[in-house]
Amino acid sequence: MQIIKSDINIDLIGKQKIGFALSLILILLSIGSLIIHKGPNFGIDFVGGTIIQIKFSQQVPVGKIRSGLSNIGFKDASVQNFGHDQDHEFLIRTSNLEMTSKGLSQSISEAIKASTGIAPEIRRVEMVGPQVGKDLRKKALLAMFYSLLFITIYISGRFELKWMLSGVTAGSLMTAVYFLSVFNVSMAVLITAALVITLALFWVLRLKYAMGAMVALLHDVLITVGIFSILNLDFSLPIIAALLTIIGYSLNDTIIVFDRIRENIKGVKTMDTFPTLFNKSINQTLSRTILTSVTTLVVLIPLYFLGGEIIHNFAFAMIIGVIIGTYSSIFVATPIVLAANKR
Amino acid sequence: MKLFTFKSVMIFIVVLTAIVCFLPTFFNCWPHKKINLGLDLQGGMHLVLEVQNIKAVEAEVERTIQEIKKQLRKEGVKHLGISRLKDNSILAKFQGDENKSGFETVLSKNFENLITHKPQADENNITFKLSLPEKETDNIKKMATEQALETIRNRIDEFGVSEPDIRIQGGNRILIQLPGITDPERAKDLIGKTAQLTFQLVDEDADVNSAVNGTPPVGDEILYQNKYNPGSGTSTKIPFLIKKRVLLDGSLLTNARVEFDQFQQPQVGIEFNRKGARIFDRITGENIHKRLAIVLDNSVYSAPVIQDRIAGGKAVITGNFTLNEAKDLAIALRAGSLPAPVKIIEERTVGPTLGADSIRTGLISMVVGGILVVLLMAVYYKKAGLIADLALTINIILIGGGLAAFQATLTLPGIAGIILTIGMAVDANVIIFERIREEIRSGKTALASVISGFDRATLTILDANVTTIIAALVLYQYGTGPIKGFAITLCLGIIASLFTALILTKSVLIFILKNKQSSKLSI
Repeated sequence: MQIIKSDINIDLIGKQKIGFALSLILILLSIGSLIIHKGPNFGIDFVGGTIIQIKFSQQVPVGKIRSGLSNIGFKDASVQNFGHDQDHEFLIRTSNLEMTSKGLSQSISEAIKASTGIAPEIRRVEMVGPQVGKDLRKKALLAMFYSLLFITIYISGRFELKWMLSGVTAGSLMTAVYFLSVFNVSMAVLITAALVITLALFWVLRLKYAMGAMVALLHDVLITVGIFSILNLDFSLPIIAALLTIIGYSLNDTIIVFDRIRENIKGVKTMDTFPTLFNKSINQTLSRTILTSVTTLVVLIPLYFLGGEIIHNFAFAMIIGVIIGTYSSIFVATPIVLAANKR
Repeated sequence: MKLFTFKSVMIFIVVLTAIVCFLPTFFNCWPHKKINLGLDLQGGMHLVLEVQNIKAVEAEVERTIQEIKKQLRKEGVKHLGISRLKDNSILAKFQGDENKSGFETVLSKNFENLITHKPQADENNITFKLSLPEKETDNIKKMATEQALETIRNRIDEFGVSEPDIRIQGGNRILIQLPGITDPERAKDLIGKTAQLTFQLVDEDADVNSAVNGTPPVGDEILYQNKYNPGSGTSTKIPFLIKKRVLLDGSLLTNARVEFDQFQQPQVGIEFNRKGARIFDRITGENIHKRLAIVLDNSVYSAPVIQDRIAGGKAVITGNFTLNEAKDLAIALRAGSLPAPVKIIEERTVGPTLGADSIRTGLISMVVGGILVVLLMAVYYKKAGLIADLALTINIILIGGGLAAFQATLTLPGIAGIILTIGMAVDANVIIFERIREEIRSGKTALASVISGFDRATLTILDANVTTIIAALVLYQYGTGPIKGFAITLCLGIIASLFTALILTKSVLIFILKNKQSSKLSI
């Protein structure tokens, strides 16, 4: 069976303006939402706080839970339905921290029992103190930074087969970051600076493929984070795991296309045929680019619908990442390499 | 072609090893190593405590001050006050050269370890500032954390939790994982109890109420007793004026156990060692008809009037305990007090029913996703697709076997990782099969297409997986708990899929083509 015919020849490079416009809109929306919401909607993992997941044996109005909570002074607590309606499950979030060993969950349980008449089952309690939240945020940023660093080294070396240059890139990147860290700037600034330096280095050193791949990666991560921000979804530790996996995974498709471009470009001297050659390469690999994403989506979609509420957002992030990653390997990474070749 | 080539034997051994490692998870058989389930799947509590070890330094400074005062008294040196400052240095004031040199002699004789800053003289007073060397305060802090760890470990052992994991997590933090705990609140209460037991006299000369409204007399402090009123269900706080001097503390205990009074109310009976018993004997003898307060973690439990000298070193702590409270207090006292208070800075508790639900939903989505992928491959690539499906099955066995063999922990994100690798494992097959199809179209024979298809796809597949492995390794390094579980299954899955795609599928395809005389490949 074949869905995408082997002799397929869509003028994808010709449509790169549409792709460019679409990417630009998505990026602007993402950045806009991130500015309006003042960054991602960080969950308690990163800002501290308490969440308590409770389950009732029968239907309970949310209002009664809220009034029970405000009776014991939890005015800021938010209560929301969790999972399917028939589960009668709720998630309570509060910035209150259970700093003493005297039970917060116990007092919440009693207060809710008093206001609703039904004793809830406490299924999950997560409390993160502000210091721990700060540490986790730092760790998450470090993880993002190091995976980008190592992947940069790998792709600059691998795509161009210039390991010397890749070493130079990595060395100067680390030196720059070291000097910045001496000035005690925040991790977010540090990572942005590192990214700018990386892209500038790729430009100066004429590492076209590496630059295309890197821009595509940033595109994927930014849009995924942006969609989370637009939909106001919790940005928690598993989402970081999803982002890192997306970084690793979205490169797969890019590598397949780039490998084919290099194979086709061998021996070709004139630049004029490049657009045709690039388009041919994309088309030749289109079947596997799409199919590999389809097989991954085929397992992610059941995970999204059946995997339970806790893993829901993770599956969602992965689904977005896989789709955006496939799109970007064709409409972002390849056009950039083509443009860089014209330079 | 022979079935038993070196390669096929190797494949066979790898798969067999994985099966042997995987089986104990389902059946009770050798090697008896099941896959460990994370706290989010089996239910349990994850706690991070912060030992407030600066308090241990404060206590040490206070002790040093007492010691200095004692030595000065012995040498007949007069001082105008020795006190602890906020930064844990000691301020000592003297008048006159005689006292100054006397103090300096005492310092050089008994307190060589203290750092003496340049003394300041104003009018006729001389002020010394002393401090503990940094090395020593660091050591006190480190010891406090280690001792707290040991104490908490003893308490949890006595509380009875199977396979607890308790360790120091950098600096002054202690990580505690208690799988399958049924009463998290009680466990938290027991762990967090400082259990600082002291015997102090009640100040009978001053009035409590005026002290509560004003300031307590020098050398006294106000501590409260929580009196529970069973009739109204409320509790009231009764203030006591307690002399700061500690006559006896819990460090000299040899035993503590639950006893019952004549009304069958639980209470905790304590027993001192010989030294403690001697001190107890002396203080009760010296203070007959005075009240002796039993103070636990800065609240008064009882303050009975000493009727007579008590020999034998036995006492009881009463305080309207429930049976569990009395049991836990006895455990805490037996295990010893924490050298400094602890604060819970992170808690993640998952109830057993939620854990079971997570396993169920995780497995369901894994099975559904797996079946969909298997069908997709079989329909799209026909017989070659079936080989990919076989590879996928073996892939899952390899991950399971790997998890059991390395005794790694399977978490909910870990299950998601396995599901993800199911999708990614067939990716490798897709890349190879598409390449083989291309080769066939260019007119090569099936066997030649398979060989050159694998040759040309291998590098691409390796590349694609290296980048994911980089991400997974970084995640493993920086991730915590459940996320680490995801990184582990992702790594295992990638390695397994490289093995199944590049070695297993290839061997099977070539074996079939070489044994079948037809040159057609169903792909």
